[in-house]
Amino acid sequence: MGMTMGEKILARASGKEAVKPGEIITARVDLCMTNDATTHISIDIFEKQLQVRKIFAPERVVFIIDHNVPSESVKTAEVQKKMRDFAREHRVNFYEGAGVCHQIMIEEFVSPGQLVVAADSHTCSYGGIGALGIGVGSTDFTAVMNTGEIWLMVPETLKFNIYGQFKKGVYARDLILKIIKDIGANGANYKIMEFGGPAIKDFTIDDRIVLCNMAVEAGAKSGLIEPDEKVVDYINARGRREMYLFKSDEDAVYEKVYDYDLAMLEPMVAKPHFVDNGCPVSEISDVKIDQGFIGSCNNGRIEELRVAARILKGRKIHPQVRLLVTPASKEVYLQALKEGLVDIFVASGAMVLNPNCSVCWGGCQGVIGEGETLISTGTRNFKGRAGHADSYVYLASAATVAASALTGKITDPRGWEHE
Amino acid sequence: MNKLIQGKVWKLGDDIDTDIIIPTQFLALQTIAEMKKFAFHPLRPELPGLLKPGDILVAGKNFGCGSSREQAPAILAALGVGCVIAKSYARIFYRNAFNNGLLLLESAGLPDVAKEGDTVTVDLETNGISLGDQHFEIMPVPDDLLQMVVAGGLVPFMRRLNAK
Repeated sequence: MGMTMGEKILARASGKEAVKPGEIITARVDLCMTNDATTHISIDIFEKQLQVRKIFAPERVVFIIDHNVPSESVKTAEVQKKMRDFAREHRVNFYEGAGVCHQIMIEEFVSPGQLVVAADSHTCSYGGIGALGIGVGSTDFTAVMNTGEIWLMVPETLKFNIYGQFKKGVYARDLILKIIKDIGANGANYKIMEFGGPAIKDFTIDDRIVLCNMAVEAGAKSGLIEPDEKVVDYINARGRREMYLFKSDEDAVYEKVYDYDLAMLEPMVAKPHFVDNGCPVSEISDVKIDQGFIGSCNNGRIEELRVAARILKGRKIHPQVRLLVTPASKEVYLQALKEGLVDIFVASGAMVLNPNCSVCWGGCQGVIGEGETLISTGTRNFKGRAGHADSYVYLASAATVAASALTGKITDPRGWEHE
Repeated sequence: MNKLIQGKVWKLGDDIDTDIIIPTQFLALQTIAEMKKFAFHPLRPELPGLLKPGDILVAGKNFGCGSSREQAPAILAALGVGCVIAKSYARIFYRNAFNNGLLLLESAGLPDVAKEGDTVTVDLETNGISLGDQHFEIMPVPDDLLQMVVAGGLVPFMRRLNAK
């Protein structure tokens, strides 16, 4: 019986020839990462409760301050100081203000075929470059940092075959919102979502990360895409050599197979307060917005900023709208500066912010008030996620957010892009 | 561990996410004891004041979806929640809950029937729940995980094992 690429990654990590769904394995991780949302809990466990206070391999441990940057309160400053001091003392990799953790991991650390465990739910992003990223909590993270190992159940895999080509104004972001709407917020609970089919070769690295990043919003353990020459080039260009180019066997067993034709896809939104509460933008009429957000580990990379800039160029955002643009990393920010995108954003009236999680997690920048509506390229639209408990978040593509920021209400982006 | 758990039901819906259980703005509070006052703040801010130790939360599908924040199960354990009974759980929350000594039980039938204020009795020996004269099955929880709950979570559980 053949194996899926996810099963092959878990077989390698557990030193086995083969694994099958339902089997519980002890796996060695290649990398682990934690960020300032929860690291203080891990540090407390490590320092106060562990009997053997060692780190399995400091060069494979990454601490990233990205959730509240720069710190917005004394309490946050204390949490971050604790993290900074620990990182220095234990000589683990440390980043601060350099971008959203998953973007930094992809730019600097992760390679195809690796198993990466991190204390953040969007760790599934690494499937975009063929690595298995699994999100855990602080206790599991601490155990991984301590031993380099984790017990995991081998999950079933769902296959999503993608066909055709995107129509103009429709993006990978719309595809994943559509898939989550179709299968539901727990439609992939515990499983791996593997994206493939003939259209995937046309997806850029950024597009692939967009798909895998939101697998957790369907409850998935992770998302995966087979690495191809685009991924190999990306990793080579960054000087990384360790690569395991696992592909699913022809006779791999999938729990279920779904087919998506890109030609049928329209720009999508997810309405408050659930990510699976989706519908085409064309069905939304007259929803006024107070704020727009372009950024996050889902949709703050250079390609999304280029799309937004093509819409905002030479135009002014609506006088009653604030638009926040937050590049996903320093690298993305510098590239946007070089291409003149930042000039376009600022001239349009947008606020360009330092790379961090920003209002996607509602911790520091741009939180919204009672009754306000945000249209966002972030990852979640849960009740109160972006600020006041009685506020509203719609999720959409960078194109839809940009077009909506111009008109002041949720707007179908088709036809708004300059060539 | 006491194999019988009896408690008063507090009823929640489907897809209760971890931002509902503990919103981002309260995560910087230094202790779980401070944080637990804000459990379910966007949905039912009064709930932490009403919950009594041993009470049972009953919810629909996908309980604990969203963020991996471990504070979510930690504050439910700190509030003394006897157990959570839901149709299904999100996977990160599931691991975090047992790691923090919070018992999660899966029942397909009870959540549609139980009402707030009902008293239910869980029997971990027979893997059943009684509500009046109605009975519902629960998915069995392995003994190791029950021991972890008794110990108060993974870390104290491991310390206990290592001490032997």
